[in-house]
Amino acid sequence: MEKFKTLTSTVVPLAVQDVDTDQIIPARFLKATTREGFGENLFRDWRYDQEGNPKPDFVLNQNTYSGSILVAEDNFGCGSSREHAAWALVDYGFRAVVSSFFADIFKGNALNNGLLPVQVSPEFLKAMFAEINKDANTPVTINLEEQTIEIDGTDLKENFEISSYKKMCLLNGYDDIDFLLSNKDKIEAFEQSHQEF
Amino acid sequence: MGKTLFEKVWDRHVVDSVEGGQEILYIDKHLIHEVTSPQAFDGIRKRGIDIFRKERIVATADHNVPTKDQHLPIKDYLSRLQVDTLTQNCEEFGIELFGLGHKYQGIVHVIGPELGITKPGMTIVCGDSHTSTHGAFGAIAFGIGTSQVEQVMATQCLLVQRPKTMRITIDGELGKGIYSKDIILYIISKLSTSGGTGHFVEYAGSAIRSLSMEARMTICNMSIEMGARGGMIAPDETTFEYIKGRKHAPEGEKFDKAVAYWSSLYSDDDAVFDKEYTFSAEDIEPMITYGTNPGMGIGVTQSIPTKDEVKSPAALAKSLEYMGLQEGEKLLGRKIDHVFIGSCTNSRIEDLRIVADYVKGKKKAPHINAMIVPGSKQVEAQAIEEGLHEILFDAGFELRGPGCSACLGMNEDKIPKGEYCVSTSNRNYEGRQGPGARTMLVSPLTAAIIAVEGHVVDAREFINDGELV
Ligand code: SF4
Repeated sequence: MEKFKTLTSTVVPLAVQDVDTDQIIPARFLKATTREGFGENLFRDWRYDQEGNPKPDFVLNQNTYSGSILVAEDNFGCGSSREHAAWALVDYGFRAVVSSFFADIFKGNALNNGLLPVQVSPEFLKAMFAEINKDANTPVTINLEEQTIEIDGTDLKENFEISSYKKMCLLNGYDDIDFLLSNKDKIEAFEQSHQEF
Repeated sequence: MGKTLFEKVWDRHVVDSVEGGQEILYIDKHLIHEVTSPQAFDGIRKRGIDIFRKERIVATADHNVPTKDQHLPIKDYLSRLQVDTLTQNCEEFGIELFGLGHKYQGIVHVIGPELGITKPGMTIVCGDSHTSTHGAFGAIAFGIGTSQVEQVMATQCLLVQRPKTMRITIDGELGKGIYSKDIILYIISKLSTSGGTGHFVEYAGSAIRSLSMEARMTICNMSIEMGARGGMIAPDETTFEYIKGRKHAPEGEKFDKAVAYWSSLYSDDDAVFDKEYTFSAEDIEPMITYGTNPGMGIGVTQSIPTKDEVKSPAALAKSLEYMGLQEGEKLLGRKIDHVFIGSCTNSRIEDLRIVADYVKGKKKAPHINAMIVPGSKQVEAQAIEEGLHEILFDAGFELRGPGCSACLGMNEDKIPKGEYCVSTSNRNYEGRQGPGARTMLVSPLTAAIIAVEGHVVDAREFINDGELV
């Protein structure tokens, strides 16, 4: 997994709430047996019409916006547990998603793939959309060590939460499996006394 | 202080607690399918390790399989590749597979319970959000991502944050024509798609106790649709009776010992939940969804809310535009094009019986395309044995082979753009049943009546003295 320390980037605003994983990557594109290439079909049905032509009013098709931070409205990533949603965002080039709320499984999947979910207050989110609307080139800085997100050139800055273990993993590029494998003795000992029916 | 059902089961599976609030949780059973496992197998290979406890894994092919001509090679190249990859992986690592053509093949959440693999007090995971279905037996069952599938393959454990607890109590008696699907659609319409986030739900109350195992599975299945990690119901006589005699159920003395333990799995009187909700069964009508998430449901006689009545007018407008519906409008009488009876929510034998019972001697409306996809080979065999397939065939329904099918439109079973499909599945997201498809979620009985009438109905009007008419 790639390390995550700080990130400064312009952002891509997606002013939609309850974005579910079926929209992030529709089921018919889940047939691959590797993790690569999902970015091509990220937000497929919002991004392209049925003939495969880009829809001009969708934000990923607008030259105005670019960057490795996606900002979306409340409750991002609900629905299906498909990790392909996180893979698609990463494959497209996103390193962080900002919202005022994330669905559980999506959040876990994102963290396991070096994609940082940054949960901010509804007020901060609103301010962020407003700044981007004013100037699409507004850079945003996310500092994982300090757990802060700030809109550069303004005094808008906020702290975000992340479990200390997950933070350590991201800062060092470790994953959970490395950690669990180092605990094999404990797991085997547990099995000895674990009674099942 | 007493413990909740959830805490009793969870605590027995904690291997260790880690700094930062995470816990190492031991997993008793791991179910896998073709879509979310290939990258995990690859990961195991790349790490140069073996699967830690292969006997604890069971595999099936369900999401991608065709439901027609299942004996022939799969036509779609990518689908075939994914299903073949699963077969190869299971052979290479020595994992039990109920693949296409096997007499136990079926939707992963249908076959687990039906084979007696799912038992009270277990921890069960699968790379699929509807793993919550198994909670109906008093197990802790939840969906995981593919990286976690790899974790469990490597160590039989997961590193997880303990969720909060929530209890939803439904007391009272359900009206005639109201099913467990209506209960859960009702709950989600009240709590919204994020109302359960961060929580593990226990369903309790007299209305829940009175339900069959199949009906309980329908409820737990959709826990994820309110954002909850999972849902569970305390095991009781109904549970034990269901498990008894199944393929993987304990036998004789072992069964009695198991029942003695299972009987201790309930929330103590003084147990405390982080959140509690109570609803009355009498308030529940036959439900239907009008929008593009499972929280957008109404009683079938109600009107679609107006912009002034909802928290997010923009979200409502976007949904209604997709659905081709108007705010404030009623759905009763609206013409429907397709009826899909299937999915891990409602494709068990009991669901097929409800449908067959109603359509017996009737014909589907001529313009309706009605499809029934049983949840498993065993459900299919049972339906044939009971003669249900003939009843359904005579009524003009198309009976398919088992799989996920039009629940997610990964195979060729898709609903065409702009057409309305009344579905017994669990998700009505944009494009879920095919690009542009318009889905309305309902119970199996409501779906059956709509297939015959051709438009949205109130199921209660088709019942006389408790008898279907
Ligand atoms: S039937 Fe639908 S919801 Fe259930 S496992 Fe299959 S795709 Fe998922």
